[in-house]
This record gives sequence, structure tokens and C-alpha cells, in this order.
Amino acid sequence: MMGIDPITLIVALITVSTPVLLAAIGELVVEKTGVLNLGVEGMMITGAVMGFVVAVNTGSPTLGFLAGMASGMALSLIFGVLTQMLLSNQVATGLALTLFGLGLSALLGVGYPGSTPPPVSDPFPAAMAEIPVIGPILFGHSLIIYLSVLLVAAVWYVLGYTKVGLIIRAVGENHDAAHALGYKVIRIRLMAIMFGGACAGLGGAFLSVVRVQNWVDGMTAGAGWIALALVVFASWKPWRALLGAYLFGGVTALQLRLQAAGINIPVEILAMSPYVITIIVLVIMSSDKSRTALNAPAALGKVFHATG
Amino acid sequence: MTGEPLLSINNITKAYPGVVANSDVSFQIQPGEVHALLGENGAGKSTLVKMIYGLVRPDSGSMTFRGAAYAPPEPRVARSTGVAMVFQHFSLFEALNVAENIALGMENPPPQRDLAKRIREVSEAYGLPLDPDRLVGDLSAGERQRVEIIRCLLQDPKLLIMDEPTSVLTPQEVEILFHTLRKLAAEGTSILYISHKLEEIRALCDEATILRLGKVVGKCTPRDTSAAEMAELMVGKSLATPARDNAELGEVILKVAGLSVEPSNPFGTPLRHVGIELRAGEVLGIGGVAGNGQDELLAALSGEVTTPPGTITLNKTPIGDKGPNERREMGILCAPEERLGHAAAPDMSLVENALLTARQRKNLADSGFVNWGATRAYAEKVIADFDVRTPGPDNVARSLSGGNLQKFVIGREILQDPTVLVVNQPTWGVDASAAADIRQAILDLAQKGAGVIVISQDLDELLEVSDNFAALNEGRLSNVRTTRDLTMETIGLMLGGAHDMHDLDEEAIHAEA
Repeated sequence: MMGIDPITLIVALITVSTPVLLAAIGELVVEKTGVLNLGVEGMMITGAVMGFVVAVNTGSPTLGFLAGMASGMALSLIFGVLTQMLLSNQVATGLALTLFGLGLSALLGVGYPGSTPPPVSDPFPAAMAEIPVIGPILFGHSLIIYLSVLLVAAVWYVLGYTKVGLIIRAVGENHDAAHALGYKVIRIRLMAIMFGGACAGLGGAFLSVVRVQNWVDGMTAGAGWIALALVVFASWKPWRALLGAYLFGGVTALQLRLQAAGINIPVEILAMSPYVITIIVLVIMSSDKSRTALNAPAALGKVFHATG
Repeated sequence: MTGEPLLSINNITKAYPGVVANSDVSFQIQPGEVHALLGENGAGKSTLVKMIYGLVRPDSGSMTFRGAAYAPPEPRVARSTGVAMVFQHFSLFEALNVAENIALGMENPPPQRDLAKRIREVSEAYGLPLDPDRLVGDLSAGERQRVEIIRCLLQDPKLLIMDEPTSVLTPQEVEILFHTLRKLAAEGTSILYISHKLEEIRALCDEATILRLGKVVGKCTPRDTSAAEMAELMVGKSLATPARDNAELGEVILKVAGLSVEPSNPFGTPLRHVGIELRAGEVLGIGGVAGNGQDELLAALSGEVTTPPGTITLNKTPIGDKGPNERREMGILCAPEERLGHAAAPDMSLVENALLTARQRKNLADSGFVNWGATRAYAEKVIADFDVRTPGPDNVARSLSGGNLQKFVIGREILQDPTVLVVNQPTWGVDASAAADIRQAILDLAQKGAGVIVISQDLDELLEVSDNFAALNEGRLSNVRTTRDLTMETIGLMLGGAHDMHDLDEEAIHAEA
């Protein structure tokens, strides 16, 4: 296709995917403990604005990322307290959190559109990134991208092969039984919710500080919702979530280039294609219902109230 | 046995708002003793063992374990002290495998591979065959209980608490369990055995403490005490056995032929070519361990799952494709097992719950408008006729105790004069006197000419009420036998005792190969 370089496309794909991937991997852990937090979009955008504001004012992208994580975590804690301690409805609370985050971020970001965030240094020396083909793909990224892949690996290992992961899965599978065995269901869920908030906030901060390098109102543009959908269609499997996120990022990066190349397809169709294609592919992958049901946390979204 | 008791409970009191669960309860358990804790539902047995296991803290009173003060703040502490518990409602995780489930109940689980090996060793040593790699969701109730027991045994407990362990087991499985428990007791492990099944307690236990309404009302040595005496202590009055005159059976009213149903969830059991002929005035008992297709059979009979029209016929009319409301109008009524959420809407009042199934047959709604006066009157009639203990029909279903709600659910269906009544587990979790009332009501209904299908895991109950008996095993229904000619042994084989052996044979073949 005219003028589309596969290498820069892959590089762009990885950058575009990372915010969604971070949010999805956090939400995956949250859902594995049986909690459905629909506030991912709100936490992401709050992370984006806080990360951006702090990075611009301090000149340190690292502090920006930390601020993004902290703000996502703080927002998730509101959700955690409401749903886990005050037993509010998870769906309604999560939706409210998204609306709250969108409004809060618009307020906090007043005056920042157009500011320039400090540049983010890459962990590998520039010489490595200049190796043909694999250089830009493997060594040309910011630290957060490597971190996000490591995080997927860590979540996969912890959930599948450690006692902590077993407890997380057990709590999500049957909270009453876990309680009867003496596990602190609420504490475990609160910790997972905060982990999810931190991941979503980091994803948001990455989006504003690294990828777009600007603050725009509502800039997450539904990435949080895509992350939520990814978790379900990935059947709660970390590597599949990575695959889904990269697919989403890949189609996004491709359609942007197609738009730029002036291809004869309406822009609206190109713009919606990443969402449609990602969902279709993941639906097909998760179409084996019985296997998906096995992996789905059975207590997802159910209110836990300790009795006796 | 005169030495120091293993566990001594001294003057324990625990009150919840509005109810005293335990009042001044004291008893001792000796090392190696099988001690029965006997009582009706609501007598305070569960609260008491939860305190021993550290899930609930007593308001006053004390416990000593091997001579030392014992007040576990959480189950972890109880487990490390040497107290293990097998729960009534299994505390298992269906989507995890056996080894993972066991690891969750241990303080310091070894790596999975070592654990799997130890599970195999212990399960062989105690005659409880179990494969560590299987998903718990695929196991039978008996096998699930083995998971819980082995989880306890791996921690080498001094005291093993068993809360109503036999309610879901076949007679053969009960034998295996008792064999294991006797072996444990002989090795010095004490067992606290909670049940309201008197014959089991007489067969197994050394000492018994009887609770009623939170108080200790008696202690006895079960071997030297008759079941009737213990029942009287437990209930506070003597019980009448349900009975009816021998009835002539009429024409076949309900016919099921070649009924096959796929389950709606991954752990369900498909029904395979089930055939039933139910006559007017007949009580057909369908026995079987939970998870062998009972829920699916009820759903197919009630119309929640529809099947080709000819598979179910009522008075020669094909109805397989009709939904629940149409079937209610024609006279097939059902009372499912799960009271809260299936038989009754937990947060709706009894009046509203009465409307839910009685609308058609009792004409409680007219051209879309509910006749609340008539509905309330009907709910009140159910409450009065079936002795449902509740402050009034406006109380929500959730606020009733299990037994009272069950009486309401069964009464609501019976008072609609069904042609066919299908009940699943009519007395599950219901105390002895309420259970006797429900069984009598079922017999009275059959006496009036209705056909009744009773699906139950309680074999004593089926032998008491049913004219004919069939067993449901892995979604297949056995041949129908006359109840009079049955022995426990035959029933056990019908229920899958024979099937287990078949499985073992297969394993042996695999082992050789």
C-alpha cells in the first residue's frame, strides 16, 4: 500500500496499544477477584490529566507517571469504598466513576491544552534503536512500554502459578467459600481495585505525556471501554489481552496512515474500524462458550456481605 | 475416658439482634471421641461450631483446647491449633482443580506437584479415591466432600468438625465416610459430628450433646439411647410419622418419553432419554445425588426449558413446547429446590410471591390488573393452612427461615389443586416437625387424586412418601420400582453405587495400559 512503512507501523502500533493494554491488564486482575469496575475510562482520563499537569510543572515525566498512577488509584479507592464497604451497586458506581473522572479531568486540565510535556528518555542507547528493522521495533521505546509487557508476564505468572494468584482466583470464584476459609475478601478486592486504578492511571499518563504529548479534553476517546471489552473477550487471559490490545493499536495506527494517504474510504468508517475489528476478532476467539465460562470469575459483580 | 478433655466449652453465650443463638452452652470432647451435636435447624449448632472454628466470637464464656485457653480470632488460628472443619455447604471453588482447592485451605501449601502426591497418598490411606487434577465443578457431591475431608486431613487435625456431612451422600458413600471417620477416631483424632439424623448418630458417635433453641437440653450415649428418645429431646415433643390409606392408582396423567435436555451451564448434567409415567394418585419418588440432572428434570417439567411437544404429555395433550404459565394453567405446578431466587423472589413480600405462581389458577389478575385483595387473601390462606411462622403476609420472603419459606412455597402450590405437582428437595434444610408436615401435605394431595413427583436426595423421605421409586444417575432415569420391595442396598446400587465401581474398573484398565 502506498507509502506505508511496516516498521514505523509496528512501532506506532506498540505505542498506540500501550494505554489500552495497561488499563486492560489492571482491570483483568480486578475482575479476577470478582469485581466489575466500569470506571476504567474515568480513571484513565484522570491519570492522563494529572500525569500531564505534573510532568509539565515539574519537568519530570517520571513524576508525571507516578502522579497518573496515584490519581487513578485514588479514584479507584472511591469506587472500592463505595462498593466493598458500603455495598453499593458495582455497575452504577463504576459508570458514575467514569462520568466523574471525565468531568474532573476537564476541570483540572483547564489552561493546559497546548503545553509541551518534558521529553521522555528511552532506556536503550540510541545506537541500538538504529539497528535496521529490529532496532526501532525492539529498542526504540520508552520504559513504560517494556514495563507494560513485563506487567502482562507478571500477571500471567502470578495468577497462574502462585499462592497469591490462587487466592485472587478463589475470591473471584466464590467469595463465600473464600471467607469461610478465612481469607479477607474485602481487603483482597480493595487491593486489586487499587492495582487496577494505578494501571489505568498509568495508561492515561502514558497517553498524554508520551503518545500524544498534549492534553485534550476527553482524549482517551473510549480507550477505557475498549480495555473493559478486551478483558471479557480475552477470556480473562493476560496474553490474549495483550494480543487484543495490539490488534486494536495496530488497526488504529493503520487507519491513521490510510487516512493520511488519502485512501478512498470515508474517514468515519476508518475511524471506527479499530473498535469493530478488535471486537469481532475477540468475539470469534471467545466463541467457545463453555471454555470461556470456566475462566470467567463466577462471583463477578456480585455483592459480598460477610455473615457469621 | 477420664483424662483431660481435648476441647472443653464452658458457658458459651452468643446473641444476635433479636435471637439468642447459644445460651450458656457447655460440653467436653475427649481425645479420640466421636461427639455428636444434635439439634433442629435453628438450635444453634452452626453458630457454636463457627465459634470453635474462629468465624464468630462468643459474647461470653470460654473454651480450652488441650488444657490451654482457646479463643481463635480467625480460622487461620483455629487451623494452626489443630481444628479443621468440613462445611455443610461446601466451601469449594468449582473452576479450580482439586489440588488448588486443597492448597487454599492450607497454611503453607507445598508446591503443586508435591501436594498432588500427598493428596494421592492420603486419599489412598483413607479409602477416599480422588484425582488431584480434576476440576471440582466436574465432581459429584460425594467426591467434593472427599476434597474437603482430605484438605482437613493434610493438616493433621486434632479435632475434625463435620457439619451435616451425609445429607448429600448415597448410602454407599455414607458407609465409606463412616469407615474413614472410625479410622480417624481410632488414630486419636476427635470428631465433632453435627447432624439431625438419629440413626447415623447411633451408628457412629460415642457421646451426644443435644441442643434446642440455643440451650443444652440433654446429653446421652447414643448407642444406649433409642432414636425416639433422642428425637423427643431434640424436638421437645413426639413426632407423628406421615401416613395415608393405601390408595388405588388411577389413569396415567403425565407421560414423559425420550426426554433429552442439554444443561444450561457448563457444570450441569444433560438429561438422556428420560421416560416417566405418572398415574393419578401416585407419589413417584426420584432419588439421586445432587448434580445428576435433578435441576434439568425440574426445568423440563416446569416448562423453564422447552422440548419437542411430544416428549411430555399431560392427559394425552402434548405440552413439551409450552412455557411455565401455560403449564400452570393446565395443572402442572412445581416447587424448585432453591427457595430464595428460584421458588420465591427473596425481596418480594409473601403476597407478591403468592401472585407469582398462583395468578392463573386462582384468577388473581384480570385483564392485566392485579386483584390485590384476592392475592392477599390467598397468601393468608397459605400461611394459615400450612402453619407458616411469619408476622404477616407483607414480610419479604428473605426474612423467613428456610423451613417456613419452604412450607409457604409448597403450600402455595398445593392449595392451587394441581393435577401434577413436581417438588425438588421438599424438606432440604427443614427441621423435623416441619418436614413431617410437608410430607403429610404431599400425601394428602395424592390422596385427592393428583400425581406427585418428589425429587429428593433424602432416601428416608422417599421411602416414607413414595409409592414408586426411580433413580436419576448422570441424567438417566432407572426403571421404576415399587417402593415397598426396596432395600437400602438396592437403592444404593440404583443411585450409582454400581456406577462408581464401573469407574474404578475403567481406572484399573487405564492403570494397566
